Amino acid sequence: MNSKYEIVIGLEVHVQLTTASKIFCGCSTRFGASPNSQTCPVCLGLPGALPVLNRRAVEMAIMAGLATRCTIAERSVFARKNYFYPDLPKGYQISQFELPVCVHGRLEIETEGGGKKSVGITRIHMEEDAGKLLHPDSPAAGSVSYVDLNRACTPLLEVVSEPDMRSSDEAVAYLKKLHQIVVYLGVCDGNMEEGSFRCDANVSIRPWGQKEFGTRAEIKNVNSFRFVKQAIDYEVERQAELIEEGGKVVQETRLFDPNTGMTRSMRGKEEAHDYRYFPDPDLVPLVISPEWVEQVRLGLPELPEAKIERFVGEYALPRYDAEVLSADRALADYFEAAVAAGANPKAGSNWVMGEVTRALNAEGIDIERSPVSPQMLAGMLRRIDDGTISGKIAKTVFDEMWKSGKEADAIIEEKGLKQVTDTGAIEAVIDEILAANPGQVEEYRSGKEKVFGFFVGQVMKASKGKANPAAVNELLKKKLNM
Amino acid sequence: MSLTDLTIHELHERLVRREVSSVEATRAYLERIAAVDERINAFITVDAEGALRQAEAADRRLAAGKGGALTGIPLALKDIFVTEGVRTTCASKILQNFIPPYDGAAAARLKEAGAVLLGKLNMDEFAMGSSNENSAFGAVKNPWNLQCVPGGSSGGSAAAVAARQAAATLGTDTGGSIRQPAAHCGVVGLKPTYGRVSRYGVIAYASSLDQVGPMTRDVEDCALLLQAVAGHDPADSTSVDTPVPDYRAALGGDLKGVRVGLPREYFIEGLDSDVKEAVMGAITVCRELGAEIVEVSLPHTEYAVACYYLVATAEASSNLARYDGVRYGLRVDEGKGLLDMYMKSRAAGFGAEVKRRIMLGTYALSSGYYDAYYLKAQKVRTLIRRDFLEAFEKADVLLTPVAPTTAFGLGEKTADPLQMYLSDIFTIPVNLAGSCALSLPCGFTPSGLPVGLQLVGRPFGEETILRTAHAYEQATDWHRRVAPI
Repeated sequence: MNSKYEIVIGLEVHVQLTTASKIFCGCSTRFGASPNSQTCPVCLGLPGALPVLNRRAVEMAIMAGLATRCTIAERSVFARKNYFYPDLPKGYQISQFELPVCVHGRLEIETEGGGKKSVGITRIHMEEDAGKLLHPDSPAAGSVSYVDLNRACTPLLEVVSEPDMRSSDEAVAYLKKLHQIVVYLGVCDGNMEEGSFRCDANVSIRPWGQKEFGTRAEIKNVNSFRFVKQAIDYEVERQAELIEEGGKVVQETRLFDPNTGMTRSMRGKEEAHDYRYFPDPDLVPLVISPEWVEQVRLGLPELPEAKIERFVGEYALPRYDAEVLSADRALADYFEAAVAAGANPKAGSNWVMGEVTRALNAEGIDIERSPVSPQMLAGMLRRIDDGTISGKIAKTVFDEMWKSGKEADAIIEEKGLKQVTDTGAIEAVIDEILAANPGQVEEYRSGKEKVFGFFVGQVMKASKGKANPAAVNELLKKKLNM
Repeated sequence: MSLTDLTIHELHERLVRREVSSVEATRAYLERIAAVDERINAFITVDAEGALRQAEAADRRLAAGKGGALTGIPLALKDIFVTEGVRTTCASKILQNFIPPYDGAAAARLKEAGAVLLGKLNMDEFAMGSSNENSAFGAVKNPWNLQCVPGGSSGGSAAAVAARQAAATLGTDTGGSIRQPAAHCGVVGLKPTYGRVSRYGVIAYASSLDQVGPMTRDVEDCALLLQAVAGHDPADSTSVDTPVPDYRAALGGDLKGVRVGLPREYFIEGLDSDVKEAVMGAITVCRELGAEIVEVSLPHTEYAVACYYLVATAEASSNLARYDGVRYGLRVDEGKGLLDMYMKSRAAGFGAEVKRRIMLGTYALSSGYYDAYYLKAQKVRTLIRRDFLEAFEKADVLLTPVAPTTAFGLGEKTADPLQMYLSDIFTIPVNLAGSCALSLPCGFTPSGLPVGLQLVGRPFGEETILRTAHAYEQATDWHRRVAPI
């Protein structure tokens, strides 16, 4: 990376909201339906149709604003962004321009060195998405394109950051943080492949110490964390080389190509649209009362940072555990449900981070679909605690629960996995083992205590793992030291 | 007396008494349309089949004793109202074959009330015009004089009422498009307060000014028809959720205690002498009916037309962007790419006046000009609204001419758009203020052309202007004159 220049990055992120219906009509927002099946006069832009704002979308905007410490505007205004494109049925997009719903927020990110940094959020505004153009590949179709308006009028938030990031890593950290928050809030499904969370990056460089920003390029279409890093790194190199060669960076929109890892010019400043924004006369100004904001605030879910602190305090978890569990709201909820059902917190954490996560990954499913419920897990952990099964047998029980969906108790009963705590029975096994291995007994008694482990193993093996390890230890010691 | 000469309330009485059926009345109107519309050109589409089907249904409802004020009454709609399954053109080539898949609020409410919809009425293309000469379907002729324009943009709606081609009609008014043609055709027309009637399913011209209103033979019909379409509609965010009064119950009595304000700025030089004389006569009648006549001032009147042509055209430039040939409407595609298709479709689809206003509006919103034009116009609009609110502290109703002249000759002003724009000088300020206003006949010129009187009310003051108009109407007989067609 070129060290002569300071890198300046600002991000614009489009967050698709998870409302059941579109932002200005009642059509479903479900992804993947057959083309134009989720449309009506409003989202088709038919003559005479009028938009009506979805209240739930506003609530989600307020949630996102509160979670990023924005000021929620008491009065914001929807504006029309005018341009022609076949995926834009009205010839304008309803967005917000001069008066957005949220302003002046910030997001804390962790920097490479482990330090913290606050990235400013200029504004969050609400808008409708456009439709999609389908370009058939077959030569028979010629130059025909098709328009699918299912996505048209889907609610989006555009989150605009200040140009506060100074490296591609910071940009990625900011994006990941924002992603985590909107998914946590439940306002976005976070699916970057389906375009639910998309990013444009504004990148410029300047010599260290220079106050003014350099000329920026806006990079479109960077739709994964990895691509954001790639695109910014490429763009910084390109701009630095340009300047080194005595050239000038021009203000333009560039497109990132994930196949080559490069950006290429899409349109220059001169070709930039004049969007002729003006307040949409079909919609009245959006008025959000302080009471409404408070009501939404009360309903906000706990955010990751607060959750980590609480897990450390309330459940005495190591910070590492708290962070891993809190990274995903569903995982944290699962853990807490298991604890609520009686699981020991640390044991619960170990199992959720360990076996449960492993099993989920192996099958590639989300924790919401786990065949072992938190209650089932807690039921099993109780049986470890009360000595019914050992930790080792528990793994067998867990696998069986996963496969069959049966409760731990039923599996223990069915498969006879109950731990043997009957000292008489264990003593009998020990006596047999000691009798069969006189050489090792001699070794132990002459001071080679390492052999002890061998005896434990033999006893456990003979009991098929069901002997209570503590009892085995104690009895073995007693007998060997006799 | 022919069936087609009856007002809504007169026909209603005969329908409920079963002296006449809705089918008979509908047939009478269809025959009347067939007889005169070749000369008037008020209709773009006549839906005889649909109308007769609705009439039969209305007759069953009436026979069951369940008919309301509009059940079985043959009406017609300006072709700006979206009607399911019935072609809706907005008098534009770009929508000449457009058949909407849904009913707008107006059509839905009228159908619910059991009205019979005869068809769709001619208008200026996209409601842009003051003479109904800007129609892709030809000019409408004034039933009082076929050499004259009927006014616009709801020229077809006004002419159809005057020529007895419908019992009453609905029009829309953005800068005078109901009141001015009502005046020129000698009928009653009401522009309600902005937000009183749903705009859902009204093809938008200028969204912050457009309003739906009745065009009728008399004031009582006007109250009845307003009643049917007024009220909150959740599908229109700008429709206001305020209770709808009983408008017909507001009619009756004299004008004692009513303060009638005369805005100084509306009685100026350049006002046609016939118009002036008729309006002065109306003032005398009001005084005789007990009204207190006061002078008021609307100081920003002179800026209204300029302000209107910035706000309305800015909104129109955006509202008309959807006619791009992609999803519906006219498409001219010569296989030379998207931009070419856009340009050719719009060039072929829109008429000259529509193009002029799209260009004006696009300019007014452009980067670098927005503040000087659109924003400035919005500020002027606020001043004009304030003028009215202040005037209404001194007066309950404002009385003015509707237009500076009576109906002018066909082709007389088409070459001079600015001259045409001034036809709406007395009506435009009311739209900018968002208030309500009514136009009713107050006299005739020696050559037999009707003169209109405008009564302007406070926001949501429709009852007051209806009552005032009704008192005046009862004291005069202008509304009984029938166009010689």
